[in-house]
Amino acid sequence: MTIFSAPGQDGSPVTYKSRYEHYIGGEWVQPAKGQYFENPSPVTGENFTEIARGTADDVERALDAAHGAAPAWGRTSPAERANILNKIADRVEANLELLAVAESWDNGKAVRETLGADMPLVIDHFRYFAGALRAQEGSVSVIDDDTIAYHFHEPLGVVAQIIPWNFPILMATWKLAPALAAGNTVVLKPAEQTPASIHVFMELIEDLLPPGVLNIVNGFGVEAGKPLASSNRVAKVAFTGETTTGRLIMQYASENIIPVTLELGGKSPNVFFADVASSKDDFYDKALEGFTMFALNQGEVCTCPSRALIQASIYDDFLGDATARTKAIKLGNPLDTETMMGAQASNDQYEKILAYIDIGQAEGAKVLTGGARAELDGELAGGYYIQPTIFEGDNKMRIFQEEIFGPVVSVTKFDDYADAMKIANDTLYGLGAGVWSRDINTAYRAGREIQAGRVWTNSYHTYPAHAAFGGYKNSGIGRENHKMMLDHYQQTKNLLVSYSTQRAGFF
Amino acid sequence: MQVEKVLLSDEAADWLRRLTAMHGPLMFHQSGGCCDGSSPMCYPDGEFRTGSADVHLGDLVVDGLERPIGFWMSANQYEYWKHTQLTVDVVKGRGSGFSVEAPEGIRFLIRSRLFTDQESESLGLL
Repeated sequence: MTIFSAPGQDGSPVTYKSRYEHYIGGEWVQPAKGQYFENPSPVTGENFTEIARGTADDVERALDAAHGAAPAWGRTSPAERANILNKIADRVEANLELLAVAESWDNGKAVRETLGADMPLVIDHFRYFAGALRAQEGSVSVIDDDTIAYHFHEPLGVVAQIIPWNFPILMATWKLAPALAAGNTVVLKPAEQTPASIHVFMELIEDLLPPGVLNIVNGFGVEAGKPLASSNRVAKVAFTGETTTGRLIMQYASENIIPVTLELGGKSPNVFFADVASSKDDFYDKALEGFTMFALNQGEVCTCPSRALIQASIYDDFLGDATARTKAIKLGNPLDTETMMGAQASNDQYEKILAYIDIGQAEGAKVLTGGARAELDGELAGGYYIQPTIFEGDNKMRIFQEEIFGPVVSVTKFDDYADAMKIANDTLYGLGAGVWSRDINTAYRAGREIQAGRVWTNSYHTYPAHAAFGGYKNSGIGRENHKMMLDHYQQTKNLLVSYSTQRAGFF
Repeated sequence: MQVEKVLLSDEAADWLRRLTAMHGPLMFHQSGGCCDGSSPMCYPDGEFRTGSADVHLGDLVVDGLERPIGFWMSANQYEYWKHTQLTVDVVKGRGSGFSVEAPEGIRFLIRSRLFTDQESESLGLL
């Protein structure tokens, strides 16, 4: 067991600066309007640094830098770009603890997750896309004996990436690694709720990238995000967030005729068939952990398994065991490696979750455990902590239909396979799902029938770089992860070449 | 019986007066999905293009403003929300998409209550 000191205190692996600027063209640049905003840690509610408050002028400056760097970066050899990505991975690996504590302090999440999942995944994603790029090939199509179609992958140019606050460095990596591998330059806007840790990451790697290849403009959505997303100087916008902003970004993209990647969340069903409980063995234990995964990252995951569907014949016993597992969650200081659940990322998120706990009770859902804020002592008293909460209710209730983005799971029962599929698919969203069964036929059929982009089968919440991630239905457009992401950040150039010396014969 | 589908808290109304002075006439579109989903997004009126996929829940009348503030939601989302009365409130906070209030250190938040049977009947929901 380790309890890390807060950043800046004796023995802490990381110290935050008192202020962070934009990172543009390889330099730390003051905001054009000279304004900054305070950034609190959700661990304590206290401000710990201030961040440049970007506006359209800063976005233009970053776009200038990105456009300046794009031609040369796009022409670097795949080997050269892959080597740089590998060096970024090495640098993160050598500073894993530092970045893990920085991330925990900025976001509120438990450091055992940043140590064991967020940062190792960052490393793996950069290495994966370094490898995927080296292995990527164009193609040659033989049209006829004298005519050949060559297909080349070319970068899009300058892309805009708007990052969410739930995994600040990892979500930036999901977007950065494929975009940079594919030969694009990037203007990235971190979330205003968690704007600090990405700068610790950037300081660590800035000597590895040519100036202008990666630019960071901080600020609020309306002041910095909007001018970036609506700019006619970007070739693509990638966004993770919610549906209204997703639609607005598509609206801007339609004005500029550019593509978007949108990841807009879900209301993921986690389906437990009766045979899960046929033996109280390791697999049963794993399924109980799978249920409790709703509390991972305080529930602030787009694929949070926030609807648990349990077959009626095992319902009471399984839910009893799952409730006991949930009650065993250790909530507390995020910098303690024994802590399983930390603070919600911001005050408004905290208030929103509490508002949902209210509406759930008003709709008649029964609280089996939790259902309230968690009062912690000392310096944690000002942080944003909520008890892991299990609701029992009906799929028509709003707590079954909206992503609360907190440690709240809504549980209901189903009679048979058909009933399970009906409930699982009765949602506007289709990002993630879980299926638990010892019967491979049931598991396979359910996985294919659930309308979601990722169906974990007898597992949950793993995010390997080599597995495609993205949404059906209102959950968005496009995919992240997997080598297919290189295509998402590339244009196809076709050279259609005739090797014949004879005219076509029309004129 | 006239039943409003969406209401404003006094503090929200106060902020809407201030934000209108800064940004001009405003509108709301209720979001769904992850991160800042479920938050009402406030934009300069017309910035967000509503269409046949949206429902107009009402016009929020704010004392001191010339025009009421339209409140919209995706029609498919409204199907799951229509049994609840919404109140736009304000909490301290930070950010949420491109909503205009975020730089002021506040965040609009929806509070909800179930319509009574009588209200549901007058809204044609029963």
